[in-house]
Amino acid sequence: MSDTSCASVATFDTCPDVSIPMESPLSVAVNQVSMSTPAPAVSQESQVQFEEKPFLGHLILRGSAMVLGEAVSEVLGVSLPSQPLGLVFDASGQRSVQWLSPDEWLVIVPSGEEFELENRLREVLGAAHFAIVNVSGGQTLIELSGDKARELLMKSVTYDVHPSNFPVGKAVSVAFAKASAILRRPSETRYELVLRRSFADYCYRWLVDAGEDYGLGVTR
Amino acid sequence: MFYIHCPYCGEYRGEEEFSPKGEAHITRPADPDGCSDEEWGSYLFFRQNPRGVHHELWVHTLGCRKFFNITRHTVSYEIFETYRMGEQPKVTEQSLAEALNKTRKEESV
Repeated sequence: MSDTSCASVATFDTCPDVSIPMESPLSVAVNQVSMSTPAPAVSQESQVQFEEKPFLGHLILRGSAMVLGEAVSEVLGVSLPSQPLGLVFDASGQRSVQWLSPDEWLVIVPSGEEFELENRLREVLGAAHFAIVNVSGGQTLIELSGDKARELLMKSVTYDVHPSNFPVGKAVSVAFAKASAILRRPSETRYELVLRRSFADYCYRWLVDAGEDYGLGVTR
Repeated sequence: MFYIHCPYCGEYRGEEEFSPKGEAHITRPADPDGCSDEEWGSYLFFRQNPRGVHHELWVHTLGCRKFFNITRHTVSYEIFETYRMGEQPKVTEQSLAEALNKTRKEESV
């Protein structure tokens, strides 16, 4: 492919050595049991479960749907969601592509795959007009599950999360507890939140507080 | 709370997700150096402040982060339409007045 355009972009692996310890945005809040307010444990009464999925690979793709669509389906095997607010997963359910705006998509892949994916996309896209940014360090994914997960969200977002308005395969960026977050519905029983690093601790504390009524438990 | 239709997301969202950015359809002079001070000053600083229909620029800050336009009534706060960048408004002061005249005529007949 066009080596000139690839060569002009400096890419680097943000985490080349797995032996270097990493800290997720929520590692302190969730894991330090010695804190004054330790994370509530999952129990029989827990109607909502909270789990962080740290260190996933997050990539932001910018460009036109026509340019990116072909490359994404070739490299990832997933078609780019062209409809607004779309969210698609690959067959394994491990990799997702989400519509963020008419020319912006969020790709989330398992930890460690993002650098190779970025390079392969750059190779396939060649000299086309596009941008790929690795934002893995800037945000984290959390998962809410359980019978009362929807009710917990109803306390936190102004967006209508009723299944008639928010079906499986929809993802929206919304005002979450006076911060901003991306809210995703990957399956009937689960909700995902993509939180910005600097907001993660605040949103976590908000959820723990709001989830007290439902016996929210944090999976470590 | 207002519910505003984002033409890019294609659905109504709460007002708190949006930010107003002032008057819409302000065109930068093609040749700034050729402008008189008055022309350049009115482009930079002077805005309409109508009592009635107003076309405004808004941005969906917490959603898709795209700019779009809203036609809004500054007295009743009614939002007549939202439309994408580069498009022209369907509802204007004139079109509303015409519609009103039409209904008045029909009522009198």
